[in-house]
Amino acid sequence: MNREEKRVKNQKTHRNDTIYSRIFDVFNVVFLIFCAAITIIPLIYVVACSFATEQEILERGFFLIPHSVQLESYKYIFSSNTLPRSFLNTVFVTIVGTTVSMILTVTLAYSLSKKYLPGRRGLLTILSFTLVFSGGMIPTFLVVKGLNLIDTYLALILPGAVSTWNLIVIKNFFEGLPIELEEAAKIDGAHDLKILGRIMLPLSKPALATFSLFYAVGYWNNYTSALLYINDSDKWPLQIMLRQIIMLANGAIDGSEFDELATRPPAESIQMAVIVFGTLPILILYPFLQKYFTKGVIVGAVKG
Amino acid sequence: MKTSQKTEVLPVQYQKKSMGKRLKKAVLMYKWLYIIMIPGLIYYIVFKYAPMWGVLIAFQDYNPYTGFGYSWVGFKHFQQFFTGPKFVPVFINTLGISILNIVLTFPAPIILSLMINELRMQKLKRVVQTCIYIPHFLSWVIVASLTYTIFSTTGVVNRLFESLGLESIDILTSASLFRPMIVGQNIWKGTGWGTIVFLAAMAGVDMQLYEAAIVDGAGRFRQMWHVTLPAIRSTVVIMLILKMGSVLDTGFEQIFLMSNALNRSVSETFDTYVYTVGITQGSFSYSTAVGLFKSVVAIILIFGSNALAKKVGESGIF
Repeated sequence: MNREEKRVKNQKTHRNDTIYSRIFDVFNVVFLIFCAAITIIPLIYVVACSFATEQEILERGFFLIPHSVQLESYKYIFSSNTLPRSFLNTVFVTIVGTTVSMILTVTLAYSLSKKYLPGRRGLLTILSFTLVFSGGMIPTFLVVKGLNLIDTYLALILPGAVSTWNLIVIKNFFEGLPIELEEAAKIDGAHDLKILGRIMLPLSKPALATFSLFYAVGYWNNYTSALLYINDSDKWPLQIMLRQIIMLANGAIDGSEFDELATRPPAESIQMAVIVFGTLPILILYPFLQKYFTKGVIVGAVKG
Repeated sequence: MKTSQKTEVLPVQYQKKSMGKRLKKAVLMYKWLYIIMIPGLIYYIVFKYAPMWGVLIAFQDYNPYTGFGYSWVGFKHFQQFFTGPKFVPVFINTLGISILNIVLTFPAPIILSLMINELRMQKLKRVVQTCIYIPHFLSWVIVASLTYTIFSTTGVVNRLFESLGLESIDILTSASLFRPMIVGQNIWKGTGWGTIVFLAAMAGVDMQLYEAAIVDGAGRFRQMWHVTLPAIRSTVVIMLILKMGSVLDTGFEQIFLMSNALNRSVSETFDTYVYTVGITQGSFSYSTAVGLFKSVVAIILIFGSNALAKKVGESGIF
């Protein structure tokens, strides 16, 4: 940050700008405001539409604040238990999945961060190889099928439980912790498990929070796993349900596999409400996500 | 991934003993470190390496009802794919989307981060960054749903077009608009997030370089060109190598979600083709062969571009 401040100060003292430089600044501000607007205006529009009446949507076209507010579309979402159930499925998978992912990743990363551990280098090479080569969709599907995980929540969790990128970044993070702490604890007679639990993990809380959030977002947004492994509509996660509703509304599928909402193709405001319903948890988490992710954690990933 | 050799040299007492004894002693000494690795390693064996072993069915006639039938058929499925009617369109569709992604989606975050880096108002900078990172966290289902509702024939974009007296466009079912739509979504979703890496590299540039450039009479553009861009060059190269590895990997979810019967002629890529043939039609061996071809091309490209980067004096990723 210090460098950043210095730079700003620097730029201020160098205000002997040419006219071109000023024009550039104005253009730059306009351009960046345009970029920011283009990313969030569609989201604001969707929220606005979800509260607007059908008539208003048709008459006004584009708007960001509805004149009259209705909650019918949200009532409609909760009128049948299809969407709430898929929501709970996703919540369950996200919580359990994130826990499983973090346990597997942290334990593996911690051991691999010990440079004195015999065999570490070979293991790292073997694990990193998965970054450039994978069995692909069908062999993975057959493994999941062979383990009888089809139509279980575990199929949504286990196949992608560890991200090798996250593993390497967390390993690098552990490597950066002061080795003196470990040495001191060892002299006091603590074994490695105790050192990890009592000293290293409490020290790494911000990093652990970041990667928990990344994993959680991954589980929340996961669509492909459910598409491949879940046929039972009672176990469908939110993303599959969202997709079904939007496709139904756009007439791309018939409603036969989705009888509860098939009686009435969702109107525009209901589609919008469904999108908001599926996005809201992410947007609530976003401030926490943003707090951590720029702190160099991601950057570590690039240089491996 | 590079570690210094020095730290890995074992203490002297190990070096003279046999391999087995050394291993035994290490296991006892670092018992807990090895024990806690077990669940993670089992995960890698079952869900990463078992599927790699599973690609062998690409050389067999695998029957899902009789289990692994060991009738080896060599390259039959590959031959069938290469000579079949699907190879050329699938290859062209995938490459078409990929090339557009590399030409348009890849430079976007570089340009955007250059612009953000030049912004002098710190508050606006933070607001802009907060906004542009958001789409990264939205799922492809949400992005696809947004596209469907906003760009459908009755959606807001076409209503605006009509009120302006323009002809409405049906972007969702139009084959010619499929690629621009995919690239547009990628730019919308990924550009903001992509700037993080480049902005971090730019923050590391020594301020004295800018001062020297200003003294030499360099304007804003020349500062960007001669100071900022060279400073992020190695980051750009690393990102490009990673990107090259995924030339045939256009991402399953996005393409699958945006494809429909009307744009199938341009939307069928390797990933969606593998899904259709493998999961919906049950030709496991054939679809595994298609997937394996894709993976092999990817690994060749990633090592190839890495070697190329090293040859021109960059550090590369391995």
